[in-house]
Amino acid sequence: MKNAEEIFELLKQEFGDSILSIDKDTPTEPIISVEPLKIHIVSKFLRDNPELQFDSLMCLSGVDDANGKKVKDAEGYDVIEGGTLSVYYHLYSTVLRHKITLKVSAPREDAKVESVENVWKCADWHEREAFDMVGIVFVNHPDLRRILMPYDWEENSFPLRKDFKVPEFYQGMKIPY
Amino acid sequence: MGLLDKEFSDGNIVVANVEDLLNWARLSSVWQLGFGLACCAIEMMATSASHYDFDRFGLIPRNTPRQADAIIISGTVTLKMAIRIKRLYEQIPDPKYIISMGSCANCGGPYWEHGYHVLKGVDRIIPVDVYVPGCPPRPEALLEGLLKLQEKIRNESLRKKQS
Repeated sequence: MKNAEEIFELLKQEFGDSILSIDKDTPTEPIISVEPLKIHIVSKFLRDNPELQFDSLMCLSGVDDANGKKVKDAEGYDVIEGGTLSVYYHLYSTVLRHKITLKVSAPREDAKVESVENVWKCADWHEREAFDMVGIVFVNHPDLRRILMPYDWEENSFPLRKDFKVPEFYQGMKIPY
Repeated sequence: MGLLDKEFSDGNIVVANVEDLLNWARLSSVWQLGFGLACCAIEMMATSASHYDFDRFGLIPRNTPRQADAIIISGTVTLKMAIRIKRLYEQIPDPKYIISMGSCANCGGPYWEHGYHVLKGVDRIIPVDVYVPGCPPRPEALLEGLLKLQEKIRNESLRKKQS
């Protein structure tokens, strides 16, 4: 059993600059920030290292941080420019009974994060949902399609983004009340 | 009833209006499409089960649209489902009836403002005969809805469908 700081030190030793920081000032558990295009190799290490053995990905969540600049677009709607989209990974080791939270942040305009689908199989649908709802692109994902919204839903329209605008019509059906 | 009023005294012969007879036959065996969408479907199933017993009014679930007479839209109609509902509706032979059950199917319910995925009322795609309010409606309310539908069928004319 290891606490978050020990895990952070271990990761720092192994990966150096790819591990960005540890945020201990959170109401729940400490969060370790990782480079978005290094998360796959870090995940593999967390799963396979005998001192860590994180065999369970409890949850994978996509988040729109909405920390960019608010601008009005041509039609007068608020649009967010810049800032980041994040993915949070909640890991648990059923063998050693310790937990850790990882976070990766990618720029909003080109949000690319490595897929961990072949590390934890359950990430498959979680990543598809994060793609569907906030539009994070998971590199190397085997089947990155929308999972909840219809397949012919407008491209680049992600309903859980903070600046999402409900379309007027879908297949001839009026959507707003 | 009005149907058996004119029975001859020696029995065996009933004189009735063709319209009355057909309407009576229709309203007494409304087969609904076996179809449920959300939490309202649970209430609909409870209404079909022994406590409330839909079958005593002649309503049983039929698992093909081609032999069904009615469809109860029991729950939230998402945009994805709306396309399927429309297709099911088109497959039901005439005369066909629709009961819209619960707030979601009536007008979008709690999803009216932020429901980017919800159709605000099933009457935007198919014509509804009876609206049953509630969230979800009690089985009694759904039974009332069925009785209202039967009332509607009873007064139908052969020459034109009223709706």
